[in-house]
Parts: sequence; structure tokens; C-alpha cells
Amino acid sequence: MKILVAVKRVIDYNVQVRVKDDNTGVVTDNVKMSTNPPDDNAIEEAVKIKESGKATEVVAVSIGEEKAQETVRKALAVGADRGILVKTEGDLEPLAVSKLLQKIVEKEKPDLVFMGKQAIDDDCNQTGQMLSALLNWPQATFASKINIKDKSLEVTREIDEGLETIEINVPAIVTCDLRLNEPRYASLPNIMKAKKKPIEQINASDLGVDTSSRIEQTRVEEPPKRKAGIKVSSVAELVQKLKNEAKVL
Amino acid sequence: MSVLLIAEHNNKELKPFTLNAATAASQMDTDVHAVIIGHNCSDAAKALSELPLIKKVIQVEAPYYENFVAENFAPVIVKLAESYSHVICSANTFGKNLMPRIAALLDISQISDITKVISADTFLRPIYAGNAFATVKSKDAKKCVTIRPTSFDPCESSGGSATIEKSEPCEEFGQTKFVKREEIKSDRPELGTARVVVSGGRGMQSGDNFKLITSIADKLNAAIGASRAAVDAGYISNDHQVGQTGKVVVPDLYIAVGISGAIQHLAGMKESKVIVAINKDGEAPIFSVADYGLEADLFEALPQFLEELNKLNTIQK
Repeated sequence: MKILVAVKRVIDYNVQVRVKDDNTGVVTDNVKMSTNPPDDNAIEEAVKIKESGKATEVVAVSIGEEKAQETVRKALAVGADRGILVKTEGDLEPLAVSKLLQKIVEKEKPDLVFMGKQAIDDDCNQTGQMLSALLNWPQATFASKINIKDKSLEVTREIDEGLETIEINVPAIVTCDLRLNEPRYASLPNIMKAKKKPIEQINASDLGVDTSSRIEQTRVEEPPKRKAGIKVSSVAELVQKLKNEAKVL
Repeated sequence: MSVLLIAEHNNKELKPFTLNAATAASQMDTDVHAVIIGHNCSDAAKALSELPLIKKVIQVEAPYYENFVAENFAPVIVKLAESYSHVICSANTFGKNLMPRIAALLDISQISDITKVISADTFLRPIYAGNAFATVKSKDAKKCVTIRPTSFDPCESSGGSATIEKSEPCEEFGQTKFVKREEIKSDRPELGTARVVVSGGRGMQSGDNFKLITSIADKLNAAIGASRAAVDAGYISNDHQVGQTGKVVVPDLYIAVGISGAIQHLAGMKESKVIVAINKDGEAPIFSVADYGLEADLFEALPQFLEELNKLNTIQK
């Protein structure tokens, strides 16, 4: 079994994101970038499956600017065998990303494609489902547990009502929840080893896909600020304020 | 052209967020039709036809629609979409799972999780866990849009009498099999729609200690929430998680107990009308969004809180 894992380079989850003064986007200059957190879970799961002997190869792919190579390299450092970087200019919408990934899937012919359930920058939550539709493959979104069977997977999904279990035949797409596993840290020797692993570079424009934007982002603004609150000194005061001032009790 | 709303239901009843999605749909075009896909779902279809905002209901039935598998639902919507300008559903796990599959098949760039309809093609949506809001305009001829249910009021649920039309099912997608659903049944209000939410975080220290939260929630007729840290630690099940990758809640009163207030948690609750934070770390970021902050040990504060609530003659429900 061969597993392709899609990873995205995003603003680090600890960074307090700021809107640009001209309202055209958010500040990205000199801002720490990292792998989209649930994509780390996707890599971890693929590597664990390989370590258990149920997969033969893990390939990490990222779509983005040249610097997204760092994100691929990090995946290699935690156990992916080789990497692919599809180079693009500017931000792509999930539909365009799915179409590029479809081309990579057609070339690589993986049995499984893993990725995070959502990217924490645009919060779209679309790419896995879209890729699955384009390939006409089954999808298991928001996976918190994966049980590999012979030609299928049993996946537990986190849904609003609780948990749902489905069985999907291979080939299939799985989008991973943060609770799927605990991503490992790359050890120094593995970071060194990862430098020798191959990363194939492909220009998105060579893949024959229309990636033009269909959505115009006309303005980005700060969320409305909450007015400053107060500290209360006791539980009795808190309850009194909630009852008589906020009138919510 | 009209708007096609995808109803969310359990084959017997409509799920409440269908009413919020109907409101959003009606702001894009007043001619709103709703499709309900399921198995033996006539009661839910009837409830849908009674929403005054809905002009027509399309009911699609097959045994393999019983469990809402997106691979089975998507082709039905794609077939119907020809006659509509917009396809709409809620951005909860149902809609998040389904809509992108529809959008990709229609070759439409989906707009997710909108909080406001500015015009028929322009919407407001949060990005970066709600730390920024983007105004986005769709250039596609048709729009696929998921809406943040808590940002739209539920519509009236009675008085309407739309016609119910039956439509043919599509073929079953054989590669996905539903196995089981483990729903946590509770008599409490639903987290997404509750007037009051009491949430616990890592500071609760154990699942057992959540009974302190439960007793307050009982008193206030509140839903119980949790931070991701508390769910990860196994204190409480995933359906309680509030935040960027969990549920977004907008109650009248949100009480955060032992929650430090990571960006990802704030994304799910900072629009609440009144926020209370109880935390022993006075520097915790949760205090920056709290209307009322109490710097205290929760194991002392919560029993006192319950005692004070018991002293009140009346409590709003």
C-alpha cells in the first residue's frame, strides 16, 4: 500500500494574526510559518501505518511557493520517504489545489491519500472532499481512528453528534482530526537524513490545470473588538453582577 | 433563479440548524426550495414544508440515504443544481462533509462558513480562527455556500405549506459503507443553540471533576462545553469541544472554567454575549475576552458559585 500525504505551509498556530493596514490580507512578512497542524497528524498516521508493515511507501506533497519545500522537508524528517513540491504563485483556492492533487494522484497512483481536515489559515475545510469527488473515491473526513483492513479501512469520524464509523474501500481519501494521534518530533539525526531524501519539483503550470481564482477577496478586516471587561473579587460579586448588571441569570 | 437549501435531519425530525440555514438562504434569494434526502423521512419533509420561507420541498428517498453518506448525497444535489443559482447548507460536520463534494462535481469554488450575506454573490467569512474577516465575492455562475448557523437566526418553523415533490434517487455509491453512529444522548440543551454554556478546560484536571461543571449546568439549564485540551485529555467526549476545529457557540452567557483561552478556543466562543472566566492564572488570555473575570481556584469557586445560585429566587431558563 502506498500513501500520499498532502501538507500545507501556514502561519504557525501560535501566532496572533494581524490584518494589514491596507485591508488586503493578513501580515505574513517575518511571521513564523509551520505545517498545518492536522497535516502533521496525517503524516504521523501514514508513517505509523508504514512502520506497522501495512504500507510500503509514504510520499509527502505540498502545493505552494518555493518555501513550502520546508514543509515537505519536515514531513521527510518524521518518516516520509520522498517528497513532491508543486510550485505555484500566490494563494490557490481549494478547488484548484484539489485539481493539482488529482494530477499528482494520477501520476503516483497511491492507495490512500491523507491530509488534515482543515487548514488553519483559510479555514475552508474543502480540499479532501473535493479531491475525493474529482477522483470518485470514497472519503472519510474528520478521522480520529483508522483501522487498516485488507482492501478497506474502518474509520471513526468525529461528528457534531458524537462519533460515526464507516468502512471505505481502497483507494480512498482520509482527512485527519487532531485527535487521530500524537505527532512525533523530528530527531536531529532524522532531520539530517531528511536532507538527503529526494524532493521532486513540479511547476503547477506544467500540470495543465486551470488554477485561476474564482473568488475575489475584496477586503480583510479585524474582528469587532470586545469592550474590556472587569475582574470581580468574589463569587458573590460575580453572581450579583450577572443577575443585576448583565441580567443573564 | 432560486436557492436550493439542503435540509439536515434524522429521517424523523429536522435538525434545528436547518432553520438558520433557511434564513441565510432567503437573504440570497427569496425563492428558496429545500431538498431532503433520506429514508422514510416523510415526517421531516412535512416539517420542512411548514417553514414559511420554503416555497417548494423536494424529497428524495432510498434505503441507502438513511445514514447521510456524502458520496450518495452529492450526485442527487448535482442533478438538481441545474435549476438553481445557489446551493446552501450549514457549516457543521454534515455540511462540511458534503458541500465540497458537490462543489467539486459542479466545478464551483465553494465559499465556506459565511457569517453574513452582503449580496447574492458577496459574503463575509471568518479566516484565521476568526482573527480576521474576509469579504469574498464569487465569480462562479452558481454558488456553493455553507453558512455558520449561529450567525443567522432560525426562521419561523410553522405556518407554511410548501408543496412536496418526490424526485428519483441516484445510484448507490458502493465503496463507502456506514457502520455505526455513537450519539451521546442528553436531556440538556444542544451546545450549538443553548442560552447558557458552561465549559471546562485542562484546569478541571480529570473527567470526574467535570461533575462540578455538570451541577452548575443543571442549575442554569446550560449545555456543557470543553476546550480541546480537556477533550484530548479524555475528560469529556469530542461532541463538547468548542473552538476553531470544534463547535462555534454564541450563547447569552458563556462560563469558561479552567480554560486558558488559546486562540483556537476563543474562535469558538468569543462572540458570546456575556463571557465569564474563572481561572487561577490571572494572566490567562481568556481574561482578555471576559466581561467578568474571577481569578480563583475553580475547586473553591465552583461550589461557592452553586451555593450563590441556590440563593437566587429565580433563574432565567
